[in-house]
Amino acid sequence: MTVPPTEVATPQTDALETEGPDSPKAIEGRSLTQIAWRRLKRDKVAMAGAAVLIFLILVAIFAPLIVKFLGHPPDEFHQDLVDTEMGTLGPKGAWGGISWDYLFGVEPVNGRDLFSRVVYGSRISLLIAFLATLLSVIIGSTLGIIAGYAGGWVDAVISRAMDVFLAFPLLVFAIALAGVVPDNAFGLQGNTLRVVMLVFIIGFFNWPYIGRIIRGQTLSLREREFVDAARSLGARTPRILARELLPNLVAPILVYSTLLIPSNVLFEAALSFLGVGIQPPTPSWGGMLSDAVTFYTMPHFMLFPGLAIFFTVLAFNLFGDGLRDAFDPRGR
Amino acid sequence: MSNPRKKRLLAVTAAAAVTALGLAACSGSSGGSNNAATTTTAAFDAANGKIFNPSDKKGGTITMADEGEPDSTDPGDSYYGYTWDLMRLYGRGLVMFDVAPGDGSSKLSGDLADGLGKPSENAKTWTYKLKSGLKFEDGTAITSKDIKYAITRTLDKDIFPDAPTYFDDLLAWPADYKGAYKSKGVDVKSAIDTPDDSTIIFHLKNSFSGFDYLMTTSQAYPVPEAKDTGAKYKEHPISSGPYMFATYEAGKKFTLKRNPNWDAATDPQRKALPDGYEYSMNVNQDDIDNRIIAGDLDIHVTGTGVTPATQGKVLSDPNLKARADNPTLARLWYTSIPTTVAPLDNKDCRMAIMYAMDRTAYQTAYGGAFAGGAIATSLMPPLIPGSLKKDFYPSQDNKGDLTKAKEALTKCGKPDGFEITMAFRNERPKEKALAEAFQQQLAKVGIKVTPKGFAKKDYFSTYAGNPPYVKANNIGLAANGWGADWNDGYGFLAQIVDSRVIRETGGSSNISVRMPEVDKLIDQAAVETDNAKREALYGQIDTLVMDNAVIYPGVWAKALLVRGKTLTNVFVNQAYGMYDYTSLGKQ
Repeated sequence: MTVPPTEVATPQTDALETEGPDSPKAIEGRSLTQIAWRRLKRDKVAMAGAAVLIFLILVAIFAPLIVKFLGHPPDEFHQDLVDTEMGTLGPKGAWGGISWDYLFGVEPVNGRDLFSRVVYGSRISLLIAFLATLLSVIIGSTLGIIAGYAGGWVDAVISRAMDVFLAFPLLVFAIALAGVVPDNAFGLQGNTLRVVMLVFIIGFFNWPYIGRIIRGQTLSLREREFVDAARSLGARTPRILARELLPNLVAPILVYSTLLIPSNVLFEAALSFLGVGIQPPTPSWGGMLSDAVTFYTMPHFMLFPGLAIFFTVLAFNLFGDGLRDAFDPRGR
Repeated sequence: MSNPRKKRLLAVTAAAAVTALGLAACSGSSGGSNNAATTTTAAFDAANGKIFNPSDKKGGTITMADEGEPDSTDPGDSYYGYTWDLMRLYGRGLVMFDVAPGDGSSKLSGDLADGLGKPSENAKTWTYKLKSGLKFEDGTAITSKDIKYAITRTLDKDIFPDAPTYFDDLLAWPADYKGAYKSKGVDVKSAIDTPDDSTIIFHLKNSFSGFDYLMTTSQAYPVPEAKDTGAKYKEHPISSGPYMFATYEAGKKFTLKRNPNWDAATDPQRKALPDGYEYSMNVNQDDIDNRIIAGDLDIHVTGTGVTPATQGKVLSDPNLKARADNPTLARLWYTSIPTTVAPLDNKDCRMAIMYAMDRTAYQTAYGGAFAGGAIATSLMPPLIPGSLKKDFYPSQDNKGDLTKAKEALTKCGKPDGFEITMAFRNERPKEKALAEAFQQQLAKVGIKVTPKGFAKKDYFSTYAGNPPYVKANNIGLAANGWGADWNDGYGFLAQIVDSRVIRETGGSSNISVRMPEVDKLIDQAAVETDNAKREALYGQIDTLVMDNAVIYPGVWAKALLVRGKTLTNVFVNQAYGMYDYTSLGKQ
């Protein structure tokens, strides 16, 4: 095989940039990934976003453990903490019943621990957002590469399909579809089915965003020398796509999936808010916001799930922006 | 039932109760409010059972707002408690509930008629005599023929889909009679006879002693045939009451002004204090609450009570609480336990649910003691004569008896519990909270409940009220509710415990009661002439249903209402479960 494509893409100037003068080793080439990583490390904002992200993912993974030590089971009622005597049904105590036992206070009416619900809600939100993004990325990059590389009528068909998907009134469709999906389907039931369905709806209809970018990148890459070289050496199309083009597309795929995740978090929250998401009592951030609307006089109820969504989306966006800058400094 | 006190009682079972109900006894036309208790001190429940701020001062405009729209402003096409309350402003029936606080409104008096109806021996024929000097807003005299015409036109359900079907079912109409429009000119003497302008005689298919109650409904308000515009009549119904339509904008607003041809001498019940009314539609309910609190608005017309957000505000502020009233309604929020779903075909398994559930959690889910209601221990609400005062499944502090529930589970052969689905309506946060409460509480004895929400509009027709769906989807619990058309055992129980109203194709409010003994008792009560005996029969039905654990009674509903700041003469009319709209005045 010819020159590894990643090194071809390496801009020479950047390779020298970070070398200290008293480096004992000789100057050596760096891969694009290494350079990007160095740049990323210097981007404080992106690193802060990454730290928050890692924290959120850890919270989601260790939710049962965290709740065991700092909270109460997320579905457990504590109606003794709710004011039934006066009849307001709001939490007893100031600030929505916030205390060392109930870090975020309790829900009105049933007195569930808001901290536990926000922590458990991260699982649903992140799970659906990640899986949906994965689905979008798989469909989008596959079709994008094919469209960009093949050109001609294949490109035309796929590009028009993207236009159709982008013009689709997704939210309306999602609400309708989520409403008619039965309790048991495809051998699944209950919330497993809901998660699969939400992942499908969100993931399947968002692939053109990635698909377009990948198609554009492929269009420019396929004219590059290393592709010509591979072709002249007799490499078949699948090999060229997988070994020559794909490694060069990792950067945009990574960047845009990082930016797609927060929009999927928001979309899942919107669907749950509209009542077509996860079935109760499983907590999800959007569902909690929807519950909180009727109790707008008790702002703590809305504040914590709202903040959770806010920080998640912000962290992903900051990290995604940093990642893009790191891979493509000219984009600044 | 899906709407606030939307009434759907049906006299299909129509065998007639020759009830005593003190019909002939309480003739009368005295304005019941004259000797009622009054108060001028603003306090919680000050207008519930008493008249708050009594006054005879005339003038001003009363502003009302509705978070939706009434089904119609045509008296012949309406089936809500609040519209029946309101329409008395621009319409009069032969009979009306006494305008009085507390129990006073359970009495009936003649309105257009000079007294209550005179039944024949077997209560199959009812005769009413009109007062003299009655006029429509245009000055023409109101005659018995106008009442006959009003009733015949509402038989046309293509034009008036919302009207109840009492008259269709009860009266002896000629064969194939389709109402005043489609069967124009057909002689309906067999059903309604008007020998002269002031006499009207109703002929029933079967005996029915509750007929005077029917005459209170807006469906029987007179309509002059010459002025009838069919489906457009709602834009300006011809008034027989103290107010008439001034303006009407569909979906937005209508206003009422004084009717110059209304004569107070013929109408001792209506006070007619303000100069007009203004009724806004499709107003956000939080906005309605806030404007009433601020004093910009007088009445939340649907009478369903404040939103949860306002509830917290009102109950925690003593000044606001002093402006609130908390009337009890003839409505039960309950949960059906379908016996077609295994293992709930076993009585002991159902008893386990009855014992295990925490009643206070039920009450809290519905809004607590004030906005939700009182914990129900049987079906019939206390407002209904014959209601039971017995707790069938007692537990300490109403928190549920887990030991007894466990015992019941062992008895039914499921000591480790079982799995069921609970149906609720997506649009109703209270029912969702209830389903979560059931899930939490029943899990303590091993019964695994999966809450599942459905669209409100298909809830009875396709899902929870559809027997094959219930069975196939393991729906062992279904959130439900029912309000009486009027406060008696027949009106409350007939539609929710009679197994003959269950349709295999769906649509019935009775989801779980399939007991031949109960059906038999309903028929027996319908022909029982003695008041006390009849009430005892309804009590017996209630007992049977409770003993068999097919309905989990939740709460007897209450509403938290806020009085407008500048209103006088405010009181709750128990017949409607909300403020009496004919008595209000402005400071």
